Amino acid sequence: MTDAIDVTGLVKRFGQVAALDGLDLHVRTGEVHGFLGPNGAGKTTTIRVLLGLMRHDGGSARLLGDDPWASATELHKRLAYVPGDVTLWPNLTGGEVIDLLGRLRGGLDPKRRAELLERFELDPRKKGRTYSKGNRQKVALVAALASDVELLILDEPTSGLDPLMEEVFSEVILEEKRRGDRTVLLSSHILAEVEKLCDRLTIIRDGRTVETGTLTDLRHLTRTTIQADLAGPPDGLASLAGVHDFQIDNGRVRFDVDTDALSPALQTLVKVGVTSLVSQPPSLEELFLRQYSRPES
Amino acid sequence: MTGAGRLIRLILRRDRVLMPLWVVLLGLIPAGYVTSFESLFPTAADRLEYATVSGSNAGFVGLYGLIDGSSLGEIVAWRSGFLPIMVALFAALTIIRHTRADEESGRTELVAAGAVGRHAQLAAALITTGVASLALGAILTAAMLGQGLPAEGSVLFGLELALSGCAFAAVGAIAAQLTASARSARTIAVVALGAAYALRVAGDVSALGDGAVSWLSWLSPIGWATHIFPWGTNNWWPVLLSALFTVLAAGLSAVLLTRRDFGGGLLPARLGPATSHMGTPLALAWRLHRGLLIGWTIGFALLGLIFGGVGGSVVSLIEDNQNLGDIFARLGGASSLVDNYFAGTAGIVGLIASCYAVQAALRLRDEEQSGHAEPILATAVSRYAWAGSHLLFSLLGPAVALLAEGVVAGLTYTEGDLGAIVTSTLVQLPAVWVLAAVAVLLFGLLPRLSAAAWGAPALCLLILLVGQTLQLDQWLLDISPFTHIPHLPGGTVAATPLIMLLAVAAVLTTLGLTALRHRNIPD
Ligand SMILES: Nc1ncnc2c1ncn2[C@@H]1O[C@H](COP(=O)(O)OP(=O)(O)OP(=O)(O)O)[C@@H](O)[C@H]1O
Ligand SMILES: [Mg+2]
Repeated sequence: MTDAIDVTGLVKRFGQVAALDGLDLHVRTGEVHGFLGPNGAGKTTTIRVLLGLMRHDGGSARLLGDDPWASATELHKRLAYVPGDVTLWPNLTGGEVIDLLGRLRGGLDPKRRAELLERFELDPRKKGRTYSKGNRQKVALVAALASDVELLILDEPTSGLDPLMEEVFSEVILEEKRRGDRTVLLSSHILAEVEKLCDRLTIIRDGRTVETGTLTDLRHLTRTTIQADLAGPPDGLASLAGVHDFQIDNGRVRFDVDTDALSPALQTLVKVGVTSLVSQPPSLEELFLRQYSRPES
Repeated sequence: MTGAGRLIRLILRRDRVLMPLWVVLLGLIPAGYVTSFESLFPTAADRLEYATVSGSNAGFVGLYGLIDGSSLGEIVAWRSGFLPIMVALFAALTIIRHTRADEESGRTELVAAGAVGRHAQLAAALITTGVASLALGAILTAAMLGQGLPAEGSVLFGLELALSGCAFAAVGAIAAQLTASARSARTIAVVALGAAYALRVAGDVSALGDGAVSWLSWLSPIGWATHIFPWGTNNWWPVLLSALFTVLAAGLSAVLLTRRDFGGGLLPARLGPATSHMGTPLALAWRLHRGLLIGWTIGFALLGLIFGGVGGSVVSLIEDNQNLGDIFARLGGASSLVDNYFAGTAGIVGLIASCYAVQAALRLRDEEQSGHAEPILATAVSRYAWAGSHLLFSLLGPAVALLAEGVVAGLTYTEGDLGAIVTSTLVQLPAVWVLAAVAVLLFGLLPRLSAAAWGAPALCLLILLVGQTLQLDQWLLDISPFTHIPHLPGGTVAATPLIMLLAVAAVLTTLGLTALRHRNIPD
C-alpha cells in the first residue's frame, strides 16, 4: 500500500526565509504518526502545504496518492483537519460549527457526534465567543473525529485541554488506531502523548527532518548515563566510540553512552574493576531535548 | 490609569499614518472652500444669491444644515456641514479599534497583564482621539485665520469639528463596552451617528417649513455642531453642550467598564441551537452577512424616507416663493430641479452603497485573518466557492439596499414617478460593483493591503464633495466610476459607459479571484 503522506525534500519559502528546507515526512496508511519539533520548526507550514493552503517551492508532496495543491477539493473529502489555533465565529454555536464543517466535508455520523460531545463534556449550544480556548479546541476535535474519513491531520490538538480531556483524547485516538484503517498525523509538543499514541514519529528542526522512525528505533538513539567508582585508571574509556561527556574525579567516572556502545563500555569497566555502579535509563525526553537544541551541523 | 502614558505612545505608533492623515486632510478641506468660494462668488450680492438659493433648498439643508447669513465664512462653514459627521465617524472607529477590537483579539490581555490600571486602555484611547480631534480643530482655526477670516468665527469653527470628534469618541467608548465583539460595537456607533444625522436632517428641514419638529435637531450632537453658526450668530452654548455631553458620555463609558468582565460585554450572551442545517459555503455566507444586509437595507430605507420626504419640500418651496420660483425657472424649471435633486441624492446613495459593497467584500479578508477560512478551505470547499459566496453578498447586498432606498423614496415622494426614482438608484450599481471589484482585486493580489480598498470610496467621496467646488480637471473627475453614471431622472442614458463599468468590474473580479487561487492562505 502507498504511504498516506509522502513528502520528500519539501521546500517552502516566505520571501527570503526558507520555512521548510528539504523536509521529509513519510506516514504509512493506518498508523498514528507523531510530528515533533521546536517552535517555528515548520510543522504548521508542512500541514498547510499538505492541505493545499500553501504552495511549495521545491521537493514533492503527495497526500493519499494525489497532489495536495491541484486536487485539494477532492482530497479534502477524505480527510479532517484540526488547526492549531481554533477560532470560531463569535455568533455561531459550537453545535452549528460541528455540523457545518461535517457537512462541508461530506457528512458526519450523528451518533458518533453525540457520543463525542458527551465524552468531551462539551455544551454545543454556546456561542463561539463564549467558549474557552480548550472548549474551542474540543469543537474542532468533535467535528473532525465524528467524520468518517481516511486521514486525520491534527495540529497540536490538545493544546489548551485539561489533563482529564487529554486523557479522553488519547482514548479516542487509541480506539481509532484499533480500527486500523485510519491514518493520523499528530503534531504535538507533549512527549507523553506521543509515546502513548504514536507508532512512528518524525522530528524536524529548522524546516528539516532530523530523526524519523519507531519509538524503539529512537530509543536506540538515546544514551544511558553511567556513574561508577573504579579500582584503577579507566584505560581508553574516554576515547571509546559512543562515549560522551566523559568526566573523572578521584577514581569516580561519569559519562553518557550510546545504546550501541553499551557493551564495549561495560566490558572496559569490568576489566578495570568496579566498586560501585549507577546507571540511568535512557529517556526520550533527553533525546528530544538533544535534538531540539543541537546546533546546525 | 497607571500605564496610560505608555499605551498612548503605543496608539500613536500604530496610528502614525492614519491619524495624521484624517486630522490634517479634514482640517484643511474648508480652506479649499474659502479660496474657491472667493473666486466663484466675488461680490456680496453673488454670495447672497447663493446663500438664499441653497439655504432654502431642502435637499441642501438636509445635507449640510441650515444657513444663517451670507458672509464668506458663513457659506464656507455651511458647505462644510458634512465634516462633523466624518470627524465623528473617524473618532468613534478609532476608539473602538484601540479598545474593543484589541480586547477581542487578545492584544489587550497581554497589556493588561502588565502593570496597567483597569481604565488605562480606555483612557489612553479617549485621550489620544480627543487630542487628535482638538488638533484637527486647531489646524482648521489656523487655516481660517490664515485666510483672513475673523478670529471668533475661526475659533468656533475649529471647536465645531473638534467637539464633534470628542462627542463621538465618547459614544464609541460606550459602544465598545456594550458588546463583546468589535464588529457589533462599530455597528452600534455607526447607527448612533446615523440617528444623530437623521435627527438633524429632520429638525433642520422642518425648520425650513412650519418648524413643527425643528427641536429634533437639538437632540443630536451633530445638530449642536451645525447650530454654532461660526461668523454668523457665533453661538457659544452648543459648544458647552457638546463639551458637557462628551464628559458625561466618557464618564458613563468608564462606569460601564467597571460593570463588566474582561472580554465580555454588558449585553448578555444567550444559548443558541445545538445543531444546524447549514451545509454549503453559501449558507454560511448568508449567516455571516445577513445582519449586515438587514442593517444596511433598513438604513437605506430610512435614507429613502428622508430624501423622498424632503423632495416634497423642494417642490412646495418653489411654489410658495415667487422669487425662488423665478430663479429656478431660469435654472431650467421646477421639474428639472426635482429631477436634479433626485439625481444628486442617487449619487450620494450610490456612494454609500459602495461602502457596503467594500465592507462585504473585505469580510473575506476578515475571515482569512481571523483563522475562520482555514478550516473551511480544508473541507471539500474550493477557494472559488468560498470567495464567490461572500462576493455574492458584496454584489447583490448593495442592489437590495439601493432598491429599498429607491422604492421608499419614490413612495414617499408621491408626486414623482416611482419607476424613474428606482431606476436612478439602481443605475448606480455598475459603479458600486467596480469599487467592490477593487476590494476583491486587492484581496487576491495584495492581501496585506486589502484595507486600502477603503481608499476607493473615500476618493470617490472626495471627488464628489470637492470636485465641482474646486473646479478640478475632467480627467481627475473621471477617476471616480460615479462620474460615468448617467444623471437620472432627467438625464440621457448612454449604454457604453455602463457596459464599460461592468466590464471593468468583471475583469478586476476575475483577476482578484485568479490571484486568490494561486496564493498562500493565510497570507
Ligand atoms: N505566512 C507566513 N509568512 C512568513 N513567515 C511564515 C509564515 N508562516 C510561517 N512562517 C515562518 O515559518 C516558520 C515555521 O513556522 P510554523 O508555524 O510552521 O512552525 P511550527 O513548527 O508550527 O511552530 P509551533 O510549534 O510554534 O506551532 C517560522 O519561522 C514562521 O515564522
Ligand atoms: Mg504550529
